[in-house]
Amino acid sequence: MATVARFEVEFTRYLEPDGTAHEPLPEFARDPDRLIPLYRAMQLTRAFDTKAIALQRTGKLGTFASALGQEAIGVGVASAMRIEDVFLPSYRDHAAQFVRGVTLAESLLYWGGDERGSAFAGPRDDFPICVPIATQVCHAAGAAYAFKLRAEARVAVCVLGDGATSKGDFYEAMNFAALWQAPLVMVVNNNQWAISVPRTRQSAARTLAQKAIAAGIEGRQVDGNDIVAVHDAAARAIEKARDGGGPTLIEALTYRLGDHTTADDATRYRDAAAVEEQWAFEPIARLRNHLLARDAWSREREEQLLHEIGAEIDAAVEHYLATPLPTTEAMFEHLHARLPAALAAQRAEALAFAPAQGGDHG
Amino acid sequence: MAELNLVEAINRALAWEMAHDEAVVLLGEDIGVNGGVFRATVGLQERFGEDRVIDTPLAETAIAGTAIGMAAMGLKPVAEIQFSGFIYPTLDHLVNHAARLRNRTRGRLACPLVLRSPCGGGIHAPEHHSESPEAMFTNVPGLRVVVPSSPGRAYGLLLAAMRDPDPVVFLEPTRLYRLFRQEVADDGEALPLDVCFTLRAGSDVTLVSWGAMLHETLAAADQLAAEGVMAEVIDVATLKPLDLTTILESVARTGRCVIVHEAARTGGFGAEIAAGLAEHGLYTLLAPVRRVTGYDIVMPLARLEMQYLPSVERIVAAVRQTLEAS
Repeated sequence: MATVARFEVEFTRYLEPDGTAHEPLPEFARDPDRLIPLYRAMQLTRAFDTKAIALQRTGKLGTFASALGQEAIGVGVASAMRIEDVFLPSYRDHAAQFVRGVTLAESLLYWGGDERGSAFAGPRDDFPICVPIATQVCHAAGAAYAFKLRAEARVAVCVLGDGATSKGDFYEAMNFAALWQAPLVMVVNNNQWAISVPRTRQSAARTLAQKAIAAGIEGRQVDGNDIVAVHDAAARAIEKARDGGGPTLIEALTYRLGDHTTADDATRYRDAAAVEEQWAFEPIARLRNHLLARDAWSREREEQLLHEIGAEIDAAVEHYLATPLPTTEAMFEHLHARLPAALAAQRAEALAFAPAQGGDHG
Repeated sequence: MAELNLVEAINRALAWEMAHDEAVVLLGEDIGVNGGVFRATVGLQERFGEDRVIDTPLAETAIAGTAIGMAAMGLKPVAEIQFSGFIYPTLDHLVNHAARLRNRTRGRLACPLVLRSPCGGGIHAPEHHSESPEAMFTNVPGLRVVVPSSPGRAYGLLLAAMRDPDPVVFLEPTRLYRLFRQEVADDGEALPLDVCFTLRAGSDVTLVSWGAMLHETLAAADQLAAEGVMAEVIDVATLKPLDLTTILESVARTGRCVIVHEAARTGGFGAEIAAGLAEHGLYTLLAPVRRVTGYDIVMPLARLEMQYLPSVERIVAAVRQTLEAS
């Protein structure tokens, strides 16, 4: 008998939960001025989540999926991308979308039930939020193929959940991308829960990162609550892909501190005390403690930052609430490049029965 | 002009568009070196390279899903699903993504892909190789559904499908792949999508069909003509969006309509045409609309399949019933 293959999965963490750093830090993290924008983006996401949930509870927003506790993944990944790269989000990736240039108001419009929320004025080639689980990995592999075929120095980056790694779409897409050596980075936000199903009931595999091994590509695991580790792993994988090195799977370990969505009640299936324990590992306090220890942050700057973020969110909410309803025609005019004749009569019917424009929002 | 059968016409259309639009790429199982199990893509990998004629792993979901990613990023993928019985894993991506990407992004991203697949029975194929799933796709807003019935229309409609800025499901009747040849000018001229084609003029009854069933329908029209019954024959060609106007105008002249399709009856696309006639053409009808279709049973295996498929006899019998109705 002979061993024909042997594999290892590496785990990386630079910042301990209390903010203590393992030296040497990656190059970018040695300069606190490069960490502060990441800190700001995480705080923005958390404040946005708080506001969005409040809007939902008061009937001003539809069902919403908070990123509470997982902010380091979106911010760490998106900040490692170039603007010309393409991001393919799942429905819990607004942290990354904001870094990419999607506006807070666009995100609110989307969750408020308005397709214009996915018309992104900023990142024009980024995909809209993907709700059917893991399907975006296929799209990302195809996008990456297009970049490679045209010899463009662009990378497709997608995020998926731990539950998504159980789906065939994920395996199939990873297999395609690996064969194609396409410039693709897949990031698993392993927040330990797929609605009510814990990670332990999702897969018997020791790690989700090791699923990459079956496809013949690199899989690595990072502490997803350590933004330095996330950003560093994402940056390495993205630049490897850009240089023709093929796809990478990154499993980022985190914890979903909130409900699955505003339509969920997590107390039905998990112990509140266990959730409480996880607050000791969350990413924002971790980076703040790190910055404070390096004398790169202060209580005054924190207050100033939260004030700025609050104003930014208030302005976005105001913009969202003041946005008039889409027109009735809009339901028809974007389905096809040209309205088929067969649909014209149905559009006329909808217009005839449409309420007067300018109705109340939500 | 060359005498081409339908599968050769498909091949010529693919080759023409690949030669004239470098955004066009083909992907699917066994389409490269092997030229496709029906040889629809024969010679194309040799001519256009492995990067544009992609032999994929055996995974229909990812064939559809990666085609969407390619299309959204400016390529024009033509994906082949080897047999229509294997098309069902693509539904998630077609329904949830391809058909609605433009709408979801308010026109920011589009999905100009073509999903080709053989369809239909009558070639003594193995299990799951003889399906007629077209009606499922016609129920999906945002998809175009095209079924050619001759080499010439296969050529022109496939070119149109590849040039359309939105997703098209293009179902090719396997029974017609090599059934007959006709002159096809390989000149890059597309036919219009979204219109029906009147193949034969007649004054007594309108026969409406698509795909391989046009073959039996035209044969039935010949037989009826010998009896002095002049049947008008319409090839629907693009099922979605449906050109109901052409059908209504014909029925307004003939007063009678028989719809022929191979797929099962309930929820079949014939029901949509019959409903359209009831809504918009009822007072022009002299007799109830009749459907001659596959039965609401599983497509039988090869030994009984010809008893499932609508025959010339069944079509003629249905026409006689409409003629006797009033």
